[in-house]
Amino acid sequence: MNSLEDLEKKINSELTTKINNSEIKHNQIYLETDKDDFLDVILFLKTNLDTKFRQLIDITVVDYPENNQRFQVVYLFLSHEFNQRLVLKYSISENEVIPSLTSVFPAANWMEREVFDMYGVNFKDHPDLRRILTDYGFEGHPLRKDFPLTGHSEVRYSEDQKKVISEPVKLEQNYRNFDYESPWEGTKYIKEEIENNDKKN
Amino acid sequence: MTKKIKNLNLNFGPQHPAAHGVLRLILELDGEVVEKADPHIGLLHRGTEKLIENKTYMQAVPYFDRLDYVAPMNQEHAFALAVEKILKIDVPIRAQYIRVIFCEIGRILSHILNVTTQALDVGALTPSLWGFEERETLMTFYERASGSRLHANYFRAGGVHQDLPKGLEEDISNFCDTFPKVINDLESLLTDNRIFKQRNVDIGIVSKEDALDYSFSGVMIRGSGVPWDLRKSQPYDCYEDLDFKIPVGKNGDCYDRYLCRIEEMKESVSIIKQCLSKMEKGPIKSLDGKISPPSKKDIKQSMEALIHHFKLFTEGYRVPKDEIYTAVEAPKGEFGVYLISDGSSKPYKCKIRAPGFSHLQSMDYLIKGHMLADVPAVLGSLDIVFGEVDR
Repeated sequence: MNSLEDLEKKINSELTTKINNSEIKHNQIYLETDKDDFLDVILFLKTNLDTKFRQLIDITVVDYPENNQRFQVVYLFLSHEFNQRLVLKYSISENEVIPSLTSVFPAANWMEREVFDMYGVNFKDHPDLRRILTDYGFEGHPLRKDFPLTGHSEVRYSEDQKKVISEPVKLEQNYRNFDYESPWEGTKYIKEEIENNDKKN
Repeated sequence: MTKKIKNLNLNFGPQHPAAHGVLRLILELDGEVVEKADPHIGLLHRGTEKLIENKTYMQAVPYFDRLDYVAPMNQEHAFALAVEKILKIDVPIRAQYIRVIFCEIGRILSHILNVTTQALDVGALTPSLWGFEERETLMTFYERASGSRLHANYFRAGGVHQDLPKGLEEDISNFCDTFPKVINDLESLLTDNRIFKQRNVDIGIVSKEDALDYSFSGVMIRGSGVPWDLRKSQPYDCYEDLDFKIPVGKNGDCYDRYLCRIEEMKESVSIIKQCLSKMEKGPIKSLDGKISPPSKKDIKQSMEALIHHFKLFTEGYRVPKDEIYTAVEAPKGEFGVYLISDGSSKPYKCKIRAPGFSHLQSMDYLIKGHMLADVPAVLGSLDIVFGEVDR
């Protein structure tokens, strides 16, 4: 499809119930779907002659710990033929296992390993689901919002034991997160006026 | 009499000079033929994405220098563009030209390093000595503009940190006049060199289909004959107004990728020249006081500027709730930032898409069936820098 609007129409008419929400912004198309439907959607997007999203750019997860369905899985696609970008998303809860994309896109292999490493999301039928970026024997999933920035353990070389050992983090001073955001938002009547202006625009 | 033959497992790196950094490669060898390669990465993992989530937008910029540390400003560019698009601010034309000039300088920096170290891996020492002299000159340009040779921290959402110092434009222009001769010298050493060709031609061939399937970008996909360059197909900043060509390979082997890089350096020189001739005096960052910090002089005289300065360097600017994926054509391929803002002054999520990650992933596919001695050649032509692979 040559324009994003046509593409959006096409996707919505072909996949009707499988697309929960679609939006065009920043010259890209953003789709929301369900865990059960996403493989069908991806296969359609990859093979259909009017979409041809042949390249998987990246897979990532966004963590919203306050939500019931905690993780939002995000797939980024690129179509060389039509020069378009597409973002596909769906939400899952913490212990859900999702299907792997490695059989459709070989490039998904390491991307899924990274997601597994960083967020602890498990993939079904992945050929080689190991940690990838963190250290051998690392525990926890660092990009989750409840994982502290300083981590839990630190490694050092122990002169006594003649080997590298792992210990709980000891800091002279804790990481300080200052709250600079002023709670003062102006007097009430000014605030109302601003809000009204925003609505008008 | 029969003898049992067992495949040999070889540990390549992480402290091997041809591993281009901290790569641990577990190779399974049948004689001298590689059966399987399993790259172990993450030895340089610093948790950049986690750190960025805990810093304001302005504090996040220096982390991008430390990704692909041989072309720092190209990374900053992707982040700056992402924030600008969410904030919907315009970048003054002079700032756009400055950014493009330094991105192209970054491209030359990266390609010199890659081409010459690839030659080094297959046995040629001289190109690296010649090439690194030019890199030193280019890094002086970085230093004069930003104050540091490598970790520039120069691009901002809305422009660049400061204007170019006096005389820098002339010096860059002089460099553009002398540098093509150096490229020719390098080419005279390598392009028709019998040993270099024997080591690179028909090694690590990538077909068009596989280049798409494995998410290749940059020289890795152009070397296989796909004319795809984000500077042309999805132009950002002032690339639209510039006239340049996209070199494309034919066979998709290591040698074609080398040729692409050489041609790209020539194109970069021409882009820099065009920018220098088109550039005029003017502002170098957004004039919006809520985003760009005021000048020191203004702080001394204006109360408003003082307040802006204080708010910008404590809280930082707030970015409205939105999400965006922005990509630039970095020297190594498509470098992208997937940014989610939540209305505060810190990013909620910042996923960095590094081209080297998907290139290195295909190591097993590229090297299967090749000889052990081809491993450094293939690795060299992938153009891997561990800063961005491990993040």
